[in-house]
Formats: sequence, C-alpha cells, structure tokens
Amino acid sequence: MLTRLWALVIKEFLALLRDKKSRFVLIGPPLIQLLVFGYAATFDLNHIPYAIYNQDSGFASRELLGRFQGSPAFRQVATITHNAQIAPLINNQNALLVLQIGPNFTRDLLLHHPASVQVIIDGRNSNSATLALNYVNSVILSFDTHWAATHHWGKPPAQLVVRSWFNPNLLSRWFIVPGIVALLTLVVTLLVTGLSVAREREQGTFDQLLVTPLSPLEILLGKALPGFIIGALEGAFIILAGVFWFQVPFIGSILALALGMALFLLAAIGIGLMISSLAVTQQQGLLGVFLFLVPAIILSGFATPIANMPKLVQDLTYINPMRYFLVIVRGVFLEGDGFHELWSQYWPLALIALGSMTAAAWLFRHRMQ
Amino acid sequence: MVDTPLRFSQVSKSFARGKDRVQALSNLDLSLPSGSITGLLGPDGAGKTTLMRLATGLLIPDSGTISVLGADTRRRARQVQAAIGYMPQRFGLYEDLTVQENLDLYADLQGLTPVAAAARQRELLKLTALGPFGARRAGALSGGMKQKLGVACALLRAPQLLLLDEPTVGVDPIARRELWEIIQGLKKQGVTVLMSTAYFDEAERCDEIILLHQGKLLKKDSPAAFHQPLNGRCFLVTQAAMSKRHLRETLQHRPGVQDARILAEGVRVLCRDTRPHAVAGENWQVAAPTFEDAFVDLLGAPKDPDTEITPDSPPTALPTDREAETTVVEVRDLCKFYGKFEAVKGNTFTVRKGQIFGLLGANGAGKTTTFRMLCGLLPASSGTLQIAGVDMRHATAQARGRIGYVAQKFALYGNLSADQNLAFFSAAYGLRGKARQTRLDWARREFQLAYYRHVNVDDLPLGIKQRLALACALLHEPPILFLDEPTSGVDPLARREFWQRINALAEGGVTVLITTHFMDEAEYCDQLVLMSLGEVLAQGSPQEIRDQAKDAAHPEPSMEEAFIHLIQEHESQTRRAS
Amino acid sequence: MKLQRLRGLIRKEFIQIWRDPSAIAIAFFMPVFLLFLFGYGVSLDARHVPVAVVVDQPSAETSAFIGGLQQSTYFTPQLYGSIQAARRAVMARRADGILWLRGNFSRQVLQGDTASIGVFVNGEDANNARILQGYLQGVWQGWLQQRAASAGAALVIPVTGQDRIWFNPALRSRDYLVPGLIAVIMTLIGALLTALVVAREWERGTMEALMASPVTMGEILLGKLIPYFFLGMGGMLLSVALAVWLFAVPLVGSFWVLLLCSSLFLLAALGMGLLISSAAHNQFVAGQIAIIVTFLPAFILSGFIFDIQSMPTAIQVITHIVAARYFVTILQTLFLAGDVWPVILWNSLALALMATFFLGVTLRRSRKRLD
Repeated sequence: MLTRLWALVIKEFLALLRDKKSRFVLIGPPLIQLLVFGYAATFDLNHIPYAIYNQDSGFASRELLGRFQGSPAFRQVATITHNAQIAPLINNQNALLVLQIGPNFTRDLLLHHPASVQVIIDGRNSNSATLALNYVNSVILSFDTHWAATHHWGKPPAQLVVRSWFNPNLLSRWFIVPGIVALLTLVVTLLVTGLSVAREREQGTFDQLLVTPLSPLEILLGKALPGFIIGALEGAFIILAGVFWFQVPFIGSILALALGMALFLLAAIGIGLMISSLAVTQQQGLLGVFLFLVPAIILSGFATPIANMPKLVQDLTYINPMRYFLVIVRGVFLEGDGFHELWSQYWPLALIALGSMTAAAWLFRHRMQ
Repeated sequence: MVDTPLRFSQVSKSFARGKDRVQALSNLDLSLPSGSITGLLGPDGAGKTTLMRLATGLLIPDSGTISVLGADTRRRARQVQAAIGYMPQRFGLYEDLTVQENLDLYADLQGLTPVAAAARQRELLKLTALGPFGARRAGALSGGMKQKLGVACALLRAPQLLLLDEPTVGVDPIARRELWEIIQGLKKQGVTVLMSTAYFDEAERCDEIILLHQGKLLKKDSPAAFHQPLNGRCFLVTQAAMSKRHLRETLQHRPGVQDARILAEGVRVLCRDTRPHAVAGENWQVAAPTFEDAFVDLLGAPKDPDTEITPDSPPTALPTDREAETTVVEVRDLCKFYGKFEAVKGNTFTVRKGQIFGLLGANGAGKTTTFRMLCGLLPASSGTLQIAGVDMRHATAQARGRIGYVAQKFALYGNLSADQNLAFFSAAYGLRGKARQTRLDWARREFQLAYYRHVNVDDLPLGIKQRLALACALLHEPPILFLDEPTSGVDPLARREFWQRINALAEGGVTVLITTHFMDEAEYCDQLVLMSLGEVLAQGSPQEIRDQAKDAAHPEPSMEEAFIHLIQEHESQTRRAS
Repeated sequence: MKLQRLRGLIRKEFIQIWRDPSAIAIAFFMPVFLLFLFGYGVSLDARHVPVAVVVDQPSAETSAFIGGLQQSTYFTPQLYGSIQAARRAVMARRADGILWLRGNFSRQVLQGDTASIGVFVNGEDANNARILQGYLQGVWQGWLQQRAASAGAALVIPVTGQDRIWFNPALRSRDYLVPGLIAVIMTLIGALLTALVVAREWERGTMEALMASPVTMGEILLGKLIPYFFLGMGGMLLSVALAVWLFAVPLVGSFWVLLLCSSLFLLAALGMGLLISSAAHNQFVAGQIAIIVTFLPAFILSGFIFDIQSMPTAIQVITHIVAARYFVTILQTLFLAGDVWPVILWNSLALALMATFFLGVTLRRSRKRLD
C-alpha cells in the first residue's frame, strides 16, 4: 500500500514539476500576484485630489485649509475662483472633491456664528466618496476642537472617543494581505488538482491507473497529497511574506492556523478533484474550476463583507470553504485567535472536505463517458 | 504547360525540438509525372507529412526550391493554394457543420460562383455517394464517409494536383476500396495525385512509389521496379505438422532468411538469396515479390531478431491440452448504450487460455467500447462478462493484478521519462525490492529501451512508445493481456516487430486480446471477431472466416475481401429484414 | 481580401456558434450569472450594522442619544448589560463595534462638562470600520444639533462640512460597482470567446485545411473577429439591460456613446484573445493564460473596486496596460455622470490604441505557415 502510494505521489510531482512551463505557472503568477495585489488591493485613500474654492479672505479659512494641505491623505490639484470651474474639475475626474468656503467664513466664526464648508464630491465611486467624506469630516473636527478651545466657544456636551481594536490605524493592508493568503492558496490548489484527473482522462492514463491494483482510495490520496504539499508550501510562503514583507502583525497561534490551513486545503483539493473527475476534457475542467473560483472569491468576504449581501446569498456562502478560512486567517493574524475561538470555523471546513473527497473518489470510477 | 506538377529541388527542412533541431527532410530531389498516382511511404518520422505540407506552401523549406504547377511555393504560396487540393490528416472537416455546409464553406473559400458551386457539389456528392447525407453533421459520419467528404472538399475546384495525407488510416476496407475508385476516376481526368499511406496493397496500385527514410529519398520508382530485384527470393512455405506461428518462428531464425511473416496460405519468406533454405517436411514454393518484401528489403527487417521475445520466466507453463481448454474470457450478450445509441449490440464470445484473440473492425465498430467493458472501465448496459472468472468491474486489486492493459494511443505519462514511467507502473502493480529491479532490467533489455531511458515519452517516436507501453503492461507478468489498437499509426516495421513479441508471449501461455483495424494482422490471431457498427459479423479462426466468405468470384478470399463480403451480406440481410 | 471568402468564413463561424452551446453560454449565460453574483454579492454599503450598546446608567440623556442610533438604518443596536459582555460579542463577531455611555454621562452632560462616549470598533476590516466610524460620527452630530435646537442655543460646533454628492447622491455602491462589473465581465468574455476558438481550429486540424485554401490570414482573423464581435455586443447589451432594469442603475449618458465605446473595448478584448490563441495553439494553455491575464487583473487593477489613485505609483503604472481600466472609467462616467467628453475621449483613445496593438500584433504574427 505504501509503496504504491509513494509511487503515485512521486509520479504526480514529476508530472507537475518536470515541465518548465507548468512549473512556472504554479510558482510565478501566485508570487507576482501576491506582490501586485498586496499593494494594489487597498481601500485606504491616499493623495485624494481636491481643489479649493475659497471666497473668504480671512485667517480662519486659511487655517482650516492649512490642515488639509498638511495632511498626507490629501493632494491639492487646483485653486479656483468661480463657480463655473467646479463642474469640469469634478466631471473630468481631475479632483475627487472641491472645498468651497463662503465669503463670510472668518467673520461668522469670530462672531461666534456657526459656519460651514461646502464639500462637493464625485460620487461615481461611492466607496471612495464615503471614505473621502469621512477624512474631510475628521479634519474639520480637529479644527473645530482647536478653534472652540482657543476662541472660547464652550465645550460640546459629549464627544466620541474612538478606539479600534486589532488594527488601530485602520490599515486595509492588514485586512487584505491575510485574505490574499486564502485567495492564492485556493487558486494554486485548484490549478494543481482541478485538471489532474481530466488531463489523465484525456491522455488515457487514467484508464491505465484504474486497471492496476490501485484502489480508488489510493488514487485519491495520490492525487491529493501533491496538491496538499504544494498548497501548504505556497500558503506558508505567502504567510511569511505577509508577516515580514508587508509587516502585518501575527499574534495568534501558529498551530491553530496550521490546522485551519490543512482543513481548507483538504476542502479545496476535494472540490478540485471533484471538478476534474466530473470533467471529461481539460477544457471542461478549466471551465469548471473557473465557475467555482469566481463565486468562491466574490462570496467569501475577501473584499466585501458577507454581512452586506442579501440573506439568500449569505446562506449560499456557508458552502464556500474560503469563507471559513478567511475568518481563521484574519482571526489568527490580527485577533490572536486560538483553537477555542475557531472551533466554529473548523468543523464546517472538515465537513466540506469530507463530502467533496468522498464524491471525488466515487466519481473516479463511475464517471465514464 | 508545365512539365511536372510538383518538383522538389535540393529541399531541406528542419524543426526545433527542445534544444536540438530535427532534420525532417534533407536534400530531397523529386518530381511527379503529370497525371499519375504516386504513393508516399516510409516509417514514422520519415518526413511524409512534412513533404506534403511543403508542397502546399504551408511550410517553407530551409533550402532548395519547390515548384507546384510552375509556381514557387516560397513566393507564390497563394497561387499554389488556389490550384491544388489538399486533405490533411484527420480530414480537416468541421465536425459540427453538416456535409452540405462543409462543402459550401470550401466552395466559398475556393471562390466558386454559386452556380458553379452547386453543379460541382452535385457532381461530387454523386461521386462520393454522400448525396443522401447532405444534412448530416460531419461528426456523425463514419470514418469512411468523413474521408470521402474530406476528399470532396479538396476536389471542389477540380485541382490539377491532389495531395492526400494518410487518407485511409482507420477506415474500413469498403471505404478504402471506394476511395480508390474515386482516385482512379480522377486520374482519367488528368489529375495528378500524391498520397501517403501505411498500406502496402495501396502502394501496389500506385503508378509510382516514393520511399522515404529519415528524411531522405530511398527510392522512387514504379512498383514493378521495386519488385524486380527480389524476383526468386520470395517463397511461400507450408508445413503441415506445425502451426503457422511456430513455423514462422523457426524460419525467422534460419540463416539466409531475411524475413518471415504469416499469410493466409502459409508463411511467406524473404531470403537473402534465391536459394530455398528448406528443411525436411517443409514445402517451399517460389512466390511473386510484393511491395512489402521490397520495403523490408530496403529498410531492413526488425533490427535485432536475436533478442527474440520469450519471457524469461513464462508466467505459466506451456499450455497443455487440458489447460488450453480453460476459458479465460467469457462474454455473453454484451450490450452498451450511450443514451439511445447502441455502441455494442449483444456480443457473445469466449477466449481460451494461451490464445491470441483479435477484434477486427474499422474505427467506430465498437471494439474499444467492448475492451473498456472487459477491463471494468465501463459498466455494461446488459449481458455478462467474466475475466478469469470475475467481472472486472467489481474485481479486487488482486484480480486486477492479473491483467495487463495497453490503451489506445499508448496511455503513458507524456512528460515523464521512459524510466520514470516504468518505475511508476512497476510500483503501481505492487512490485518492490529486488523483484522490481529485476523486472525493470528485464523491460529495458527486452524492449531495447536503454537508449531512451531519460527521454520524455512525448518526444519518443510512436514505435518506441508502443514498446514502452507494452513493457509497462508486462512488468507484473500478467497471464492476460489486453491491447487496444496497438499498431495504429505505427510504421510497418514496428508492426512486424510487435507481432513477433505477441507471438512469443502467446507461445509462453499468455492470453492476448487485441483490437486492430489492419485486416492483414488478422492472420496472426487464433480466433477472431469481426465487428461492424457494434455488431459481430463473424467469428472463428481466420481460416473459418475466410471460408465463410468464399464464393465463385473469390475462391481464396483475403481477410479484407472476406470482410467486405461479410459486411455487404450483412447489409443486404438487414435491408431484407426491415 | 475577397468578400465571398470572408462571408463563407463568417457563416461557418455562426453555424458553429449556433451548434456549440459553449460559445453561447460564454456570451450570454456568463454575463447574467456573473452580474447576478456580483450585483447581489458585492456591496460595500453597510446597513443594519450590529452595534453593541452599553449604557451604565440609563437616563433621559442616554435615551436621546440611543434614540438617534435606533432611527438610523445603518445600525441595529443591541443592548448589553456590561462592557465585558459587549466585548465578548465583538470577539464572537456578533457585533462590529461597541458604543459605551459611561455612568457619569448624564451628570457631565447636564453640568456642561464634556462627556466622553466610548466607541470601540473591530478594525480587522479597516474599510468597514472606517465606514462604521463615519456613521457613528453622523449620529453624534445629529444628537448635538438636536440638543442645540431644543435648547434654543447656538451650536457649539464652529464649522460643519456640508456634503454635496454629485452623480450618486445616495452613495449606493451598487451604482458604481455594476458598471465596473460589466467591464470586468466583458474582459473575460472577450478573451475567452476568441482565446479558445482559434486554438480549437489548430487542435482539430481544421486550421491546416483552411490555410491550404487560398484564404488570406487577414480573412481568417476577420472571419473570427466579426462573429464574436456581434456575439460579444449581444452579451454587452444584455448586461446593460440587466444593469438598468434589474439593478436600477441610472444610465445618464447617451446609449450610442456607450455602444461606440463598448465596440472599441470589445475589439481590444477580442484582439487580446486572438493574440493569446494564436500564440498558444492549444486550448488548454490558451484557457490558462486567458484566466491568469484577464480575471484577477481586471478584478483588482481596473479601479472597479480598489481605487487606482490610492495605489503606489509603480502599481498605478502597471494598471495602464489593463484595458478594463479605461472601460471601467468610461462606464462609471457614462452611467452616473453622463457624456463627459474629456474622460470619454481620452479613455476611448487608449482603448483604440490597445485594440490596434493587439490586432496588429496578431496579424503580424499570423503567417500562413505551420512552423
């Protein structure tokens, strides 16, 4: 049993890695994507392009605008002098927002009258707009606090003291990079397993395997182990890159993460093998992998929260292994979760793995054209 | 008018394969006589397809010039392409288009006016007898019909030069015969035809034969001129007391005998000189040489007849009379449906121990489906089948270890080396330790694979792949061997070598089940089943099958004639029944 | 170039499309499937965010504050008895944040002191946390204004920002995601359609038969491009129809400009597919390349979901070679802002250049040769 299994695993590794092209496909794109996406996938706004339309000549408006100019989140692109200039700036996307300060701004403030700043913002990308407005408001708020204290405005009855847990500076990289661990591990595992049976079927070698004394369980293990090893190695590498290159804190238990990773890999391998044993040709396998991969990524909470989805879609995400693994990775990285906290994520993953593996093994022999 | 429709002058062509360049053709000079039929023959990798593609202008020679109908292919490729008809291997048809739509497409591509196209299509449909199938998808046609449609598409513009690349591979004898009628009709109209083929009988029918070997022109002459030097060296040997297989084995090892092969009537021998090397009890008759003799003579018989293939430790003792009666394979009323389509229609046959059992038929006859059911790869729709007493579909690992299987197109791991394939299959069959090493050494020695140990299987010539596949299937010394189309696409020399090995295995008591679409290979089998469209047309020994087809016109029919006879008889029966 | 040959090729391609459901599936089923998936699955609008509320000493003042929270559709406040219980709720992901009104809240408010309201958010999903913070700030400001109004006193906030949001006043994320999505989907479809069909002809041996006839390579390529162009436009129109009628995204700009820009983009996408498949000659490799170079880059680098302006400069440079980037900008503008010519013209020019590049390189590379 062990000799045969060993031979299968060796064969599978050779088939995957002997060819220079397929070696590259397995190693190159994931690493490039890790780098590019690690930097590109961010919801944080930097250098928000804005324009100033200041009709006030007093010092208060200059002081307020000075705060924007001094902030790295903002980048001034224009100073305009009349109303008609606003529309082209926004329409052509030269500026995301225009700060308009009325003529009596300083006078009103000195008279203890509330004043306002008009924020004209491009809502085409509503997420950027929402965030930019938050940034603008926090700059104004800090100006207010300072002004109220120095110009005897009296104190507000209450104020918010905000503290954020797990990610004090709210860096979205801390959120995205652990997500990329799950994303790329899934992609690599599916690339390894999703076509392996279909390829052998097309070449006719799968028949050859089935007539040997190898049992379906042995074939299943022989197909699963290389995917597991390659997936685990690349996953581990990406985790290390996340910690040491992208500087994401890792405060939880490595073992808890390892268990999660193992279960996730098994679930992904099971699904990959299921797809590839359903497919008659590699082409179908490829399409199948794709049809699984896209929804699995979209509906995992990788980029957008599951909580924002409609109820029906939320229910659908319960069969998505990536959903659970994302919670595990992020929990271990940022929240310091251990086995106890993650138990509710482990068992669904194990269930998915068991189900898909069984289905794949059954399909080996019963899916025949 | 141009003197010759196709002329190669000093043509060389090489391809990159990995880091090396492979010389496909070197310094080739040839020209075709106008209005002739020329056959292109040679072993695998001799450069036949490259030559065809060069003639179409789809490949450009590295050096030398090719002129087609007076135009140089390098500079006036499109003019060449407008004037020739070309059918690539696999016929180049759109399988999801109907017969008529395929014809329409090529009529448009050839720039025929609608009126001219319609007239020409009518003519061609009549010629190819495809008229009733105009609305059928090309993919649903039989191999023979596809081939005729491919030819019709190539003929739409009434070309002066017709190039056909392996037009008869895998089609049944009737379709081959019909194609030849078409080609001969074209010749009468003055069309020059160049076709590559793997069949020696087709070569005999050509006006001229071009024999290529390793990219070089070995000989170009009429068939008669090929035969001429062999006059008096060919004999037909019979020996009443010995089986033909055994006789062949004996003769092959006799000094002075260059080649021996089994025919219907006896064993045919090609000697190195004109002297018979007879031994008492044998009857030697002088026979007329054929092109096959010439081919073997020019290219050499199987390289190394001394490494005769006798398993060093025969899996079982030589069959005694009692053992020979043991039934190894038993199939009863075997049916297979794919949806509504009945691929195998109620077949019944038995195979006894130590026999070579052949399933004959064209592509799509149901041979492979039957095989896959026998090996437990496909569930049967109905009927029973037993291999050594068990149904392979539910067989234990141990039972599966008793069979060896060589799939169609030699299912090997293409990007693994030959050695890695051997190592994998030996472990998959549970061999280990010293036994494993012994068998691996045996395989490398016996199948002369040492030279190819570290070559990727994808880069191996087909003949070597075939040897490797057989070696992999024999590592665990199975008493039953399944071989699915092991000779398809393999060159004539590798085929003969292969049959020698199979004979030796059978002599050693291995039961061999084999499918083939080469009718001449039937003579090597002890028992045959002749299949067509899922049905068994006839079964029995080769002699019995030939006897069934005896009639006034063919007192001694060949297996091919027998097949044609039986299929026509079967068709008329079904017509009467319906 | 001969019209008859081209016509023959196009007719053949259409028959094949008709008979082989996979092309139709890719062109029509995929956009519907993906649009549904993304349209419903991807949303950045937090609604009914579960917030744990801890009130140490309930009073009229605390009720007034919590009332503001309850009225907002952004929140689903859940009352917890102690800060420890609330903390456990956040750890167990039952709540995304905590709002804590301490015991001295009412006293300080009434005395004119400044009470501090404790807000803790789970910062793991930074974007979500930030949005949550913004919403809470809004509730707080509302409360201040209400207090000032009821007391007849002046607001104690010197400056407030007054937002005027153009093009998408409700800031519905779907309105910007759906147009971007169409660009991502069309990238996939364009490349998949052509990447596989040319490779298929190579694999089945029909390319050899085609080439041996007097057609030119240009005719073969056009014969592929034209049918799939129409098929792709069909998929595009279907997507636009779904966006407008199912997802209720307004189409402010002109439909004809949209059609024109889509054609340009489709030419670029199909050109990329043709280039892939003329380089690969093999459906499997072609499919693999198509997936690697289309989906993830279009998803992450096109500005469809992650703002390009926030990326590091090096990455911003890379985004310029992603055709979807230009189309995403055009679509978001056309749908939400209207015919803003400077945006449309520049991005269309970029698309036209990319289309010319891909088709030109494909034509140059494709010689009527087999080696």
